[in-house]
Amino acid sequence: MKITDAVHRVDGAGKLKGETKYIEDMHFDNMLYAKTLRSKIAKGRITNIEYPELPKEIFIIDAEDMPANNEVAIIERDMPVFAKDAVRYLGEPIALVVGEDKDAILKYMSKIKIEYAEEEPVCDLSQAAKKPDHIMTERAYEKGNLSEIEYDEKVTEIFETTYQEQLYMEKQGVVGTVEEGVVTVYGSLQCPYYALGALKHAMGMDETKLRVIQTPTGGAFGGKEEYPSLLACQVAAAAYKLKRPVRLVLDRREDMAYTTKRHPSKMVITSYIKDKKVLGMDFDIMLDAGSYLGLSDVVMQRAIFTMTGGYKIANLKMRGRTVRTNNVFTGAFRGFGAPQSMYALELHMSHLAKHLGEDPLKFRRRHYVKRGDLTATNGRFNEEIYLDRLTDLLENMSGYKEAVSKKRILAGYGVSVVPHGGGFTGDGEAVHIKAVVKLKKESNGRVTILVSNVEMGQGAITTLSKIVAIVLEMDMDRVGYETPDTFKVPDSGPTVASRTTMVVGALLARAAAKLKNRMHEPGEVIITEHFKQPDYVKWNAETLQGNAYMAYSWSVLLARVEVDPVSYEVKCTDIWGAYDVGVPIDEKLLIGQIQGGMVQGLGYAIMENMTSKAGGIEQFTFSSYPIPTTMDVPKLHAEWIINPYQDGPFGAKSVGELTLVGVAPAVAAAIEDAIGIITSEIPVTPEVIERSLV
Amino acid sequence: MSEYQFVLNGEKRFIDCELSRRLLDVIRIDEGLTGTKEGCQEGECGACLVFIDDEIFNSCLVPMSNVVGKSVVTIEAYAKTEEYQRIERAFLEAGAVQCGYCTPGMVMAVSSLLRSGKPLDEDAVRMGLSGNLCRCTGYQTIFEAVCSLKESGGQDV
Repeated sequence: MKITDAVHRVDGAGKLKGETKYIEDMHFDNMLYAKTLRSKIAKGRITNIEYPELPKEIFIIDAEDMPANNEVAIIERDMPVFAKDAVRYLGEPIALVVGEDKDAILKYMSKIKIEYAEEEPVCDLSQAAKKPDHIMTERAYEKGNLSEIEYDEKVTEIFETTYQEQLYMEKQGVVGTVEEGVVTVYGSLQCPYYALGALKHAMGMDETKLRVIQTPTGGAFGGKEEYPSLLACQVAAAAYKLKRPVRLVLDRREDMAYTTKRHPSKMVITSYIKDKKVLGMDFDIMLDAGSYLGLSDVVMQRAIFTMTGGYKIANLKMRGRTVRTNNVFTGAFRGFGAPQSMYALELHMSHLAKHLGEDPLKFRRRHYVKRGDLTATNGRFNEEIYLDRLTDLLENMSGYKEAVSKKRILAGYGVSVVPHGGGFTGDGEAVHIKAVVKLKKESNGRVTILVSNVEMGQGAITTLSKIVAIVLEMDMDRVGYETPDTFKVPDSGPTVASRTTMVVGALLARAAAKLKNRMHEPGEVIITEHFKQPDYVKWNAETLQGNAYMAYSWSVLLARVEVDPVSYEVKCTDIWGAYDVGVPIDEKLLIGQIQGGMVQGLGYAIMENMTSKAGGIEQFTFSSYPIPTTMDVPKLHAEWIINPYQDGPFGAKSVGELTLVGVAPAVAAAIEDAIGIITSEIPVTPEVIERSLV
Repeated sequence: MSEYQFVLNGEKRFIDCELSRRLLDVIRIDEGLTGTKEGCQEGECGACLVFIDDEIFNSCLVPMSNVVGKSVVTIEAYAKTEEYQRIERAFLEAGAVQCGYCTPGMVMAVSSLLRSGKPLDEDAVRMGLSGNLCRCTGYQTIFEAVCSLKESGGQDV
C-alpha cells in the first residue's frame, strides 16, 4: 500500500450505525443535569441575585464554589469561570443550576431574579478601537522601507468581515465527575491538555487529581479549542462540590449565541504600484475580541503573518489589533485569522488586476514567491514553492482561458492564491507546545498510538494509524489509538493549526522507525519522541522577525457563479482547486478536507450572515443562520501536486485550514465579475449586491 | 398503565409519558437508543430522522401523540438490515463519514430515497438529502456514495 492510497476510516462503521457514543449519549450513574444562568445584559454590575429557596435536588454552583481561582487560564487569566460582580457580555455565565430533572431546573431558573446596574456597552468595533483602553493587544512589523519607495500610484481599500459560527453538528458538552478522588472531565473537545491546564488553575490541584478524557467529537472547527476550558472548569467545580456526575450540554441556541466564533474584522489595505507591480503594501487589521482576550492575540498574529500570501513584496508595514468590546467572546475557527486577512488581500489583488486591465492570475504570477525568497517577516521560504505549476494546473483543469474568454452574461469567475502555514506560529511548537508522543508495542505485538490529538471528523485516527502501520510494515488493524485521556497519553499538543498530521504525524513516524528495530523484543516496548525545532526555523517573538511558519501549504482556486438579475441571489456552480499539501497521507481524507473546507468557505462567502446588535447575536438558530445544504453546493473539482516536505511524515504538510481560507475572496471576485460591481464585505448577500449597484 | 401504545423497532411499547413529550427524548432518554442525534432542535438538520410508518420524520418535532398506534424505526434497528449494509459499504468506500454526528440521520434519509424508487442521479440525491445538514464533508462524497448504490440495485428495495 502507498501512503496516498485511500483506506476505509477506522471510525466509519461505528458512526454509521449510530453506535459511537458522544458525550450526550454517555450514561453516568446518579448523574445531574446543569443549565447555565446567564447575564441578560451586555455590560454592568450585578447588584443582587435573589435565589428562591432551593428545593431538594436543586443546587447552585457559582464563583464562590471555585476551589482555587475563579479564572479560566487560556493565555491570560482575564475571564472568570462565573461572572461575580460584573458582567461583560450578554449571556455571560453567572452560575450553574444543577438538578436531577431538567424541567425542575428550568422552573427554578424562571424564578431567579438578578438585578443589575446597567452600563453603556461598547459594541461597535470602530468606536471601541478609538478608546486606548479597549486595545487589548497590538502587534506590528515592517519590511524594507515603505515610506521611501517611488511608485506610480497607490490604491487603498477597506474590507469588513462579520462573525462566522462553527456550527459543528454536535453541541458543546462536558461531564464532570469525581472518580476515586480524581476530578475527571469528559468532553467534546480538541485540546485535552488545554482543559487540564485550565482545571489546574481553577481547582488548585495537580494532574494526579485532575483528569480530562476526550469523547468522540461531532465536529469542532476550532469551536472546541479554547471554549471547553470554560465548561470544564464549571462542571469540575460542580462535580467536586456535589460528588456526583454533572452534565452540561449546551442548548443549540446557547451554543450559537454565546460560544466563540470567528472574529469580525475591519481591514485597511494600501498597495503602492510601480510598472504594474505591487512594490509596497500597508495592511491594518482590527479584530473584535469580545470581552476577554482568549486566543484573539494569536488569531491576530496569524492574520498578519499570513500576509502577504503568495507574493513577494519588498516593502511592508503590517499592523494588527485586538479590540475589547461587550460582544460575545470570539475565538478559534478553521483558518484562525487567515480567512479575514486573505479575503482582504486576495480580493484586493483581484481589484488591482482589474484596475490595471490585467488577467487576475497573470497579475498574481508576477508576484509569486519561490524557495529562498524572504517572507513578509524576513524569514526564508525553506521548501520548494510551485505556485506557477499550481496555477498551470488550475488553468488546465478548469479550462480557464477558454472559460473566461467565452463568459456568459450574469456569470463570473474569480480566483485566489493562498498559503497556510502548518503548526504553531514561529517557534511556538518548540517553545510553547513541546510535543511528546509515545508509541507502545504491546506484548501481543499490537502497537498503540499515545497522543493527545483528537479525532473530530478530520480523520486523525486513520491518518496517524496509517503512518505508523506503513512505517512498521504491518496491517493497520494491528495499530490501535488510545483515547486522549490525560492519565494515559502524553501532551502532544492541541488538535489545532493543521498540526496533527504534519507535526504529530512526523513524531509518530520517527517513533515507529525506532520501534521497528525493536519489534522482535518480548513484552512491552515504549518509544517516546519529543519535538525538535528544525534548524531553518529562526524566530524572534519580540521583533516578529524570522520564519513565522515551518512550512506552507498552498491553494490556487477558481470559482464560477451565476447571479440572478432580479433577486440578486448567487449560485456558485463550480469551485476548482489546485493544491500543494506536500504528500497527502490519504487521498480520500484529503478530498474530504478539501470539499468540506470549500463548502464551509462558500458559506462564509455568501450565506452565513451572523450579526450582533447591542451585544446580542441576532442569528442563533439554524433557520436564521443558513449554512450550505445539498442544494447549495457547487461542483467541487480538486487536484494536487506532489511536493514532499522534508520534515513532514512521508512528506506531508498541513491541509485542514487551507481548504477554507481562499474560497471567500474567489467567490466574491466571481460575483463582481458576473455583475460588474465592487464589493468590500462578506458574506456577499443579495442585500450587499443591491447596495453595491446603487 | 397507559392505554396508548406505539411500536418501537418492532416491539410494542406503552406510552407512559405526557403525550406532548418529544419522540426524540423518548427514543434517546427513556429508551436509551442514542444513535438518533439531536442537532438543531428545530427540525432543520435531519440528525434526528427516524421512520414513522415507513416515512422519515425529524423526531425532535414529533410529539408522542403523533406516534400513537404507529411504528417507529430508529438507526439501531435499521442497521441490522441488508439494505443498511449496502449503504454502509457505499459510505465507507466513498469516504462519506467524517465527524459522524449527522451520519445516522443521513443514512435514514438515504434509505427513504432508496425506497422512493426515484432514479439515483445527483439531482434526485441532492433533493432527497436536502433536509440533512452536514458541516464536514461538503456533501460530494455523500452524493457519490448514494449514486453508487444504483449499481448495487438500490432501486429494487
